[in-house]
Amino acid sequence: MIYLILLLVFGLIMIIMAFTAIHHKNLQVAVIASGIISLLASVVYVFLAAPDVAITEASIGSALTVVIFFYVLNKIRRSNDQE
Amino acid sequence: MINFNSLNIETVSMGIGVILFVLGVWGIVSQKNIIKIIISFTIVDTSIHLILVSIGYIRGKSAPIIDAAINKENAANEVVDPLPQALVLTAIVIGLGITALMLSYALRMYKENKSLDINKFKALKW
Amino acid sequence: MIRNSFLILLLAGLGWILFQEFDSFKGSDQLNPVAEYYATQGPQEVGAANLVTSVVVTYRGLDTLGEVTILFLTAAIVGLLFKRESNSETEDIYGTSEILLTAGKILVPMLILVGVYIFINGHLTPGGGFQGGAVLASAFVLAALTFSGTTVKHRVLEIVESFSGISFVLLGILGVVLAGGFLDNKIFSLGTFGHLFSAGAIPIIYSLVGLKVGSELSNIVLVMKSSEKGGDHD
Repeated sequence: MIYLILLLVFGLIMIIMAFTAIHHKNLQVAVIASGIISLLASVVYVFLAAPDVAITEASIGSALTVVIFFYVLNKIRRSNDQE
Repeated sequence: MINFNSLNIETVSMGIGVILFVLGVWGIVSQKNIIKIIISFTIVDTSIHLILVSIGYIRGKSAPIIDAAINKENAANEVVDPLPQALVLTAIVIGLGITALMLSYALRMYKENKSLDINKFKALKW
Repeated sequence: MIRNSFLILLLAGLGWILFQEFDSFKGSDQLNPVAEYYATQGPQEVGAANLVTSVVVTYRGLDTLGEVTILFLTAAIVGLLFKRESNSETEDIYGTSEILLTAGKILVPMLILVGVYIFINGHLTPGGGFQGGAVLASAFVLAALTFSGTTVKHRVLEIVESFSGISFVLLGILGVVLAGGFLDNKIFSLGTFGHLFSAGAIPIIYSLVGLKVGSELSNIVLVMKSSEKGGDHD
């Protein structure tokens, strides 16, 4: 029962974060929001008895993906500054 | 209709996956910024992984690892389905590669066109 | 306006189809026959305590080989698109913050240790080559963020990647010669169930996959970093 309540709360946060990621004007906020979706998804995988998937999602979805997005955003801003 | 008694972990997480899928597709078709489209792609990716893992869940069973808590002879009655987990495991790693590929193409497009707006990308339009 | 209503119609149709699927989904109380075979016969045939590992490495080993090939291709294409710019090694004018420097010195060796532990014990505990490789890659990314002067040599990453890929395929072919088929793990004895040196070739194959995935992912991320000019600041 406690898992179910936690899952509903996490699902609500994930859906709000998906709205934020799609509709927020600032791209950095959108990238962080998509990282939060991945982080909460990894907790949901633990509830669903999939610890292997949870480790992968936590380290790839919420760390490496966010980092490569930020590198690319940094480069876009940098070549903007050179104009 | 959905009543509260029929809610359990696998249906709720599958519902989250379905809602995230629809939101991600909405982002892909409605946004103009190419970085926003790639972010929507990652959301769709996560939602598909959630749906697959929740299909493989068996109610009340534990993770597919045989240790002291699980009897080796009776394993079929005590573990969840390992196959969707194995598929999702490789799919997550490929997802990072695909995201990196899309981002590098987006950066090339930006250097060609000086804009992230997909309406300004004229190369493939006629 | 017409375009927007068309989009809403499309999404409503997609949502209706998915809702039909979701509504008819009841969950299940017992395994389907394939999963039941994996659960009952897996420990005897393969000898790995982690059933996901036995599916990934042995039952569906060819899928893993193809997946690693796809990852290699994406890493190659990303490296091609991000050509190294000539003046890429400029000094970082902003420097690293004290907190990141102190935490990085402690965390980077521990993260490398955790990654290696995860993929060596992949057949006994949750984890394996893909997870350990991802943790190794995040350790290298943290090192690249913290000690921005030092860079990992791309040559070393390429050598590790090629060596582990070739050894993976050679172990698979050795399975054809010595045991039942391609990527069969019974080329070594299965050993005692639940010990570190058990399950035949699975620990070796998964360690090679871990090294390959780790070097490829860190290659992707570090290529994206290295062609930028200077360090990152906010």
